[in-house]
Amino acid sequence: MNKPANVAGAAVIEMPRGGQASAKDASKCKVRFSGVHKHFKTGDRVFTAIDGVSLEIPDGSFFVIVGPSGCGKTTLLRMLAGLERPSVGTVECAQTAGKSPRMSMVFQGDAIFPWMTVWDNAAYALKLRAVPEAEIAEIVGHYLDRTGLTKFAKAYPHQLSGGMRQRVSIARAFANDPEVLLMDEPFSALDEQNKTLLQEELLRIWDETKKTVLFITHSVDEAVTLGDKIMVMTAHPGRIKAVVDVPFERPRNVIELRAQPAYGEMVYQIWGHLREEVQQARLQSESQMKG
Amino acid sequence: MTVSNEPAVFVSVASAPSTSKGGYSFGPAVLERVMTIVSPIMLLVVWELCGRAGLLDQRYFPIPSTIFQALKALAVSGELWSNTEASLQRLAIGFFVGGVPALLIGVAMGLSRPLRLIVDPLIAATYPIPKSAILPLLLLIFGLGEGSKIAMVAIGVFYPVAINTLAGVLAINKVYFEVGTHFKATPWQTFRTIALPGALPFIMTGVKLGAGLGLVLIALAEMVGAKKGLGYMIWNSWELLAVDTMYAGILVIAVIGFALTILFNEIERIVVPWATSR
Repeated sequence: MNKPANVAGAAVIEMPRGGQASAKDASKCKVRFSGVHKHFKTGDRVFTAIDGVSLEIPDGSFFVIVGPSGCGKTTLLRMLAGLERPSVGTVECAQTAGKSPRMSMVFQGDAIFPWMTVWDNAAYALKLRAVPEAEIAEIVGHYLDRTGLTKFAKAYPHQLSGGMRQRVSIARAFANDPEVLLMDEPFSALDEQNKTLLQEELLRIWDETKKTVLFITHSVDEAVTLGDKIMVMTAHPGRIKAVVDVPFERPRNVIELRAQPAYGEMVYQIWGHLREEVQQARLQSESQMKG
Repeated sequence: MTVSNEPAVFVSVASAPSTSKGGYSFGPAVLERVMTIVSPIMLLVVWELCGRAGLLDQRYFPIPSTIFQALKALAVSGELWSNTEASLQRLAIGFFVGGVPALLIGVAMGLSRPLRLIVDPLIAATYPIPKSAILPLLLLIFGLGEGSKIAMVAIGVFYPVAINTLAGVLAINKVYFEVGTHFKATPWQTFRTIALPGALPFIMTGVKLGAGLGLVLIALAEMVGAKKGLGYMIWNSWELLAVDTMYAGILVIAVIGFALTILFNEIERIVVPWATSR
């Protein structure tokens, strides 16, 4: 399974009519899913993970996808990451300067290499691209500093806490200088306090760079805290239930934001969309247990 | 519950351990390493005492002090060194000839499913053949010289290294390969940055097993048609009924095996710093 994937439409190669994604009114579109379906075959049964998702993610926006477990949100992300291909439809990304756009994914759970030091992990993508050593030193030094890991540059992951390991993963993703940052429930394994700290750090680093972010989470709080737009997905099979704009100003202070009444209302609104989907997902998994 | 007016009595449940009162305080790591050296020495001491007490028949089980005298004589005559050197050289060459291809094939099999499907049955079918059973065949092919000895070691080393390397690559969490794919690692980069380092703990286990097996096989191979080597020395002393010399040879092989284990443990500490805390 190590084919250097002909990226599932992540590269512009797969654009149906060629050419670049058309600029759409004021906000330019960076990523576009057009009629995406994904079927998995298990034995002779076909499982539909994603059932017709069309979606445009504006350039420079922090786009969050929320949905119940098993709704296919991770599959959408993996298509952009070049790890999965759509069964039907296309996933496109606008290119800049004629180059296939670079992506960086922060994986769910532990995905930094245990056999590399913090520094080597953060430098990984740059080393693969054979970036000059001096440049690597500068970039990696910067992001280790931004994530508070400078002191631990020579440490191995097993010597770090879960929160610090996820910081390494974030440093690795940012150091790659991606046009689109993909985050797959990056904080779901962390405790509440560490999660809040990392959310703050992520927002701080993101405010400096304003990359397009596609962020997957099952936490409504996290979605409202971080996102510009929140897409709610239905329970299996995954479809778009609603796309909601989050009006809060940037830069955001996570703690103060949560103290505002508008924040509570926003969470309530998203929950309104999500509640029946979560119940639906639960019913489905219960019937699967019986079946 | 009866109400008592007596003051409560407290019993110690947990307290800090009393710190070292003078003397030397070794770290636990140092202590563990010392322990691994002490146990073989203890065996020799017990053996010597039993022999002197008349509990062992010295015609078959000469006591360590006698063996050391024989060893000294062999060292003085130079026989010990030339034989040890011959064995070690064959072992080292055979180790590389067998180990390096085993490593490459093991990793390649781990990365490529088609290759695994083709090669795995071949390994599974040939692995159970006792290596000693093919010695005559090797003598036929490579002759009585160095070739057959080296081939014997190489074959012995090949299997544990290849099998463990394959297992090591397969044990690597799939997400690490996905990270490689995602960041567009070339096949060579995947090999160098993920498959090889990820499988290294298993590879080291295979290397240690291979070294042990290699030592067994070199001693065996040298008993047939060799003019040098520890195996030759042991076989020759049987023909001369020189039991002391026989034991001296066995002891040297044991010491080499022990030294190799220590050597590879140290190498493991250096090349797998991320997994040695286990």
